[in-house]
Amino acid sequence: MTTTPAPPGVEVTETEAEVGTTPGSPPVDTARPVRSRTLKPWYRNGTLVVGLVITGALILIAVFAPLLAPYDPLQQNLQQALQDPSSAHWLGTDKYGRDVLSRLIWGARVDLRIGFLAVLIPFVVGTVVGALAGYFGGWFDTVVMRVVDVFFAFPFYVLVIVLVFVLGAGESSIYLAIAAVSWVAYAKIMRGELLVAKKQDYVVAARLGGMSHGRILLKHIAPNVMSQALIYAMSDIVMDIMAIVTLGYLGLGIAPPTAEWGSMILDGQEFITTQWLQATIPGLAVVVTSLGLSLLGDGLSDHLSPERRK
Amino acid sequence: MTITDLSSDADTAARGVIDPSVPLLSVQDLTLGTGTGGRRPVPIVEGVSFDVAAGERTGIVGESGSGKSLTLRAIAGLLPGGVQVQSGRISYGGTDLLTMSARRRRELMGPEIAMVFQEPMTALNPVMRVGDQIAEGPRRHLGLGRKEALDLAVQMMARTGIPDPARRARAYPHELSGGLRQRIMIAMAVSCGPKLLLCDEPTTALDVTVQLQVLKLLERLCADTGTALVFVTHDLAVVNQTCSDVDVMYAGHIVESGPVAEVFRAPKHPYTRGLLESAPDFDRPDRELVPIPGFPPNVADRGPGCPFAPRCGYVTDHCWTAMPPLAAVAPGRLAACFETDRLGDPL
Repeated sequence: MTTTPAPPGVEVTETEAEVGTTPGSPPVDTARPVRSRTLKPWYRNGTLVVGLVITGALILIAVFAPLLAPYDPLQQNLQQALQDPSSAHWLGTDKYGRDVLSRLIWGARVDLRIGFLAVLIPFVVGTVVGALAGYFGGWFDTVVMRVVDVFFAFPFYVLVIVLVFVLGAGESSIYLAIAAVSWVAYAKIMRGELLVAKKQDYVVAARLGGMSHGRILLKHIAPNVMSQALIYAMSDIVMDIMAIVTLGYLGLGIAPPTAEWGSMILDGQEFITTQWLQATIPGLAVVVTSLGLSLLGDGLSDHLSPERRK
Repeated sequence: MTITDLSSDADTAARGVIDPSVPLLSVQDLTLGTGTGGRRPVPIVEGVSFDVAAGERTGIVGESGSGKSLTLRAIAGLLPGGVQVQSGRISYGGTDLLTMSARRRRELMGPEIAMVFQEPMTALNPVMRVGDQIAEGPRRHLGLGRKEALDLAVQMMARTGIPDPARRARAYPHELSGGLRQRIMIAMAVSCGPKLLLCDEPTTALDVTVQLQVLKLLERLCADTGTALVFVTHDLAVVNQTCSDVDVMYAGHIVESGPVAEVFRAPKHPYTRGLLESAPDFDRPDRELVPIPGFPPNVADRGPGCPFAPRCGYVTDHCWTAMPPLAAVAPGRLAACFETDRLGDPL
């Protein structure tokens, strides 16, 4: 295809295609590379780019934490406790004399890792269950949707906190609790998408062409509906990170002394009148992370939504 | 016919060996309607019967709501939820499609019966390359490998008059124009060499010049391969161009059927006549257009008589009380009208 990337605001770059060759028919058929009109390249999508930059930077910080952090995040030095920011400790030190910047950087590692990993199980379980329920309907759909309704009746954080409390603090409890609660959102999204998708002519046509249900679901429907689940996953990571930080703040999350933003806020809050940076900085880190992921989700939704293909 | 007979028939049909003594497609006394069990059933299509011989091109014309599309969908096994076959038989090569298992029926769809949809945009998967979409059927039904199936797809695209098919096979539907997309749909439908092609207003979404090309293409493909065509449309001109025989439907009934040229020259039913008189004729631009007064009846409260009676200029008392049967009025011609003899001269 001779697709020229169009400058913004410029409509179709139309290529007059070769003419129809049907015997006896006037040559009128044209093929237009419409791609340049409808899809602006991803790098022109401001929201997506800013989201990618913020999220990418945070991931890099988390990955290279051992190289970036100036101090060992667990190294106590009681003689230097509660220091103001200085050239030695850019963000000061906490009550045990640990470097706040180093803890912040290492904290990104813990919070982002759990946030991203915690999304995987509910994403897979929820999309599969929701897709099957929407596609096949019947009693399976009814049962699944009643279960989903029950979960939706409770606020996300309340359920997660209760589950972690019951299962006991720790990383694996967090994964379990989040998986148990948040798959329902994916199931609901995918079911809705499938209810629409399975009525599409191309699905009917594939069915009519004798294709099996499995092939239709995987080859025809999945590529058309996955974007919605992916976009939701971005905001879900934000929710999960908030949940982890909240749990840390409540003392139900990652056990101290591991550096984690929620427990840093908890530790810092008793000095809020004198050393306000200690609680504020990890809070800001949560805000920036959420912002980055939300922008990324928005940008992706702009970029991937099927309307743009029409 | 015993049950063993039925299953062996199905085997022959599935293998593509069809008894030449029976029509390829035979629809007998088909009644489709909504409502089962407790609710009062409302028939939407009533007592429709027609045969399509191998290689024959039949058009079904009628206005919106006449039941033409539902009839086609019943043949394809695609009735929308809430509409059921209430009685009748649809047989393909002597085998009843309605009692056939879903699995066996799926085996038929593609290599034996295929369908072209109305909207070429929505009937193609937006995220799959068109070549792969065409190749899917042959891979499934003809057992071709990935490469061979794709080669066949490119061949099919060439046969449907798509220029530069090898390059276009790699395109996504949104990169192609409406006419090309409809050609892709047709290539998809004929890729497994079906003996019966069902078309649901395949040219309605296209502009007139492209429409003509697509019709010519369909006609040529069917003539080349001996494929029978059932062509549903509301456009009389389209039937005239494409089909050899026509069934005119009104309010769920076939009211007239016969060879296209004869039906259009000398209609034997007032409705057909009304349709022709209300359509412009480019050969006689000075002819006055005569609209059909009134509206089609609501399916739920049809009287016992002829459904066209309230709009008919030839109506008599008899028409209000009895439904005229579809009867032979001339060799090869059927019409459902008591007053067919009073109808005026040929148009």
